[in-house]
Amino acid sequence: MTTAVEQRRPPRVSGGEGANGHLEELRVDPIALLERVHAECGDIGVFGLGGRDVVLLNGAEANELFFRAPEELLDQAEAYPFMTPVFGEGVVFDASPERRREMLHNQALRDKFMRGHAATIAREVEQMVAQWDEQGEIDLLDWFAELTIYTSSACLIGKRFRDQLNRRFADLYHDLERGTDALAFVDPYAPIESFRRRDASRVELVALVQEIMNGRLADGPPSDDDRDLLDVLMSVRDEDGSLRFTADQVTGMFISMMFAGHHTTSTTASWMIIELLTHPEEHVRVVAELDQLYANGEEVSYQALREMPWLEASLKETLRMHPPLILLLRVAKEDIQFREFTILADEMVGASPWVSNRIPDDFADAERFDPSRYLEPREEDRANPWTWIPFGAGRHRCVGSAFALMQLKAIFSVLLEDWEFELAQPPDTYQADLSKMVIQLQQPCVVRYRRRNR
Amino acid sequence: MRVTVDLDLCQGHGVCESEAPSVFELAKNEQVAIVDESPSEELRGQVEAAVRYCPTSALRIIEEE
Repeated sequence: MTTAVEQRRPPRVSGGEGANGHLEELRVDPIALLERVHAECGDIGVFGLGGRDVVLLNGAEANELFFRAPEELLDQAEAYPFMTPVFGEGVVFDASPERRREMLHNQALRDKFMRGHAATIAREVEQMVAQWDEQGEIDLLDWFAELTIYTSSACLIGKRFRDQLNRRFADLYHDLERGTDALAFVDPYAPIESFRRRDASRVELVALVQEIMNGRLADGPPSDDDRDLLDVLMSVRDEDGSLRFTADQVTGMFISMMFAGHHTTSTTASWMIIELLTHPEEHVRVVAELDQLYANGEEVSYQALREMPWLEASLKETLRMHPPLILLLRVAKEDIQFREFTILADEMVGASPWVSNRIPDDFADAERFDPSRYLEPREEDRANPWTWIPFGAGRHRCVGSAFALMQLKAIFSVLLEDWEFELAQPPDTYQADLSKMVIQLQQPCVVRYRRRNR
Repeated sequence: MRVTVDLDLCQGHGVCESEAPSVFELAKNEQVAIVDESPSEELRGQVEAAVRYCPTSALRIIEEE
């Protein structure tokens, strides 16, 4: 007989018998693993990741615990070791809620800057499509990855820096995103090809930024109107007059600022096109809405972007079905109780947007692409704040979500108003590449475009 | 009506302040402060827009008897 409360362990999912637990499965088919944890264990279950256990939470009650937990309980800073080689030492993947609020202000993500960003983004799309013929083909991943390098650098760093970038920067950046193999949970510098390319590309990005900085030093300071974030960083000097921030540090800051909004937006835009092309009735509705809104040749404005319920609902539905991050992680700083189970200090704790966004009790006909679920009176996103989580939720919710939706609306305002698209491959060949923690589309993912006759 | 905020959710985007400046206030790097917890009926449109457009769904209107 004992009176002490027993620490009951959550159930463990099948498989993962090797020394690295479920790591190999996570590297190859993470969705099957996450879905199996949910199916076998319910709202709380364990899988192994290297020498460590990950307690995966599912469902509204468990997710609310996960997303409301303060830093002292569930820490995010240590949870993403695969990002350190991408950003550089000393730049963390995530920041405290306080620091995030500062970033919100400093990074021009606040509401009052959105109006200017809408016009900037529309202009970037116009510039890219200006290189198109009357008809042709694009690879969705290549095209949107390049576009979102330009939009995010223009909005977050400034037009002057953006104008010094080209396709090369986008390609190198892509190598960083490809360098997020889950093997990094065991060894972020393991001798594999994607890690080698990641490190080589980061070196080359630093060299590009160094070149831009050298050019600016030679040219002298720009006019106040042209000043961008790089000029601001370069104006900070040490006492001996030398630059405070090296090209390596500046590159790390820029990579991390752009990272959260880059692959996420570019992948969502790609899936949106694929979903619309495979759901013609939704496609027609979205285009009709835009035609009406822009009937008199209006500019793409902030206010206009607020008033497109079908486009917004289609984007939300794309995000629900293809969340850019499928596994969110924290590290438990002390023992945490969930129902009869104990999560132990130092264990990793996860929540899965992929699994949560498909919970049948919360989302009617969950596997169906159905934008009408976001309209009144259903509003399934608002009704399920802890399980509709393509942007996460609570304290660590994506601070760029409003920017992201505005950006996607601006992109599709231009694309769908002036262009028609059709699939250039069998529909089932458009698939996610799940072999990296940063999920993108498998290539090729080609569509045809043609100028609209109106 | 009464307006409440869930401070576990608010990230200080400032949409509410743009929509209803007499009800919501944001100091730099802060979460929202509700300066008028029981706004008058004339402000209903503004407050409803603030609730609808809040990027983190942190605001609620509670109807009073």
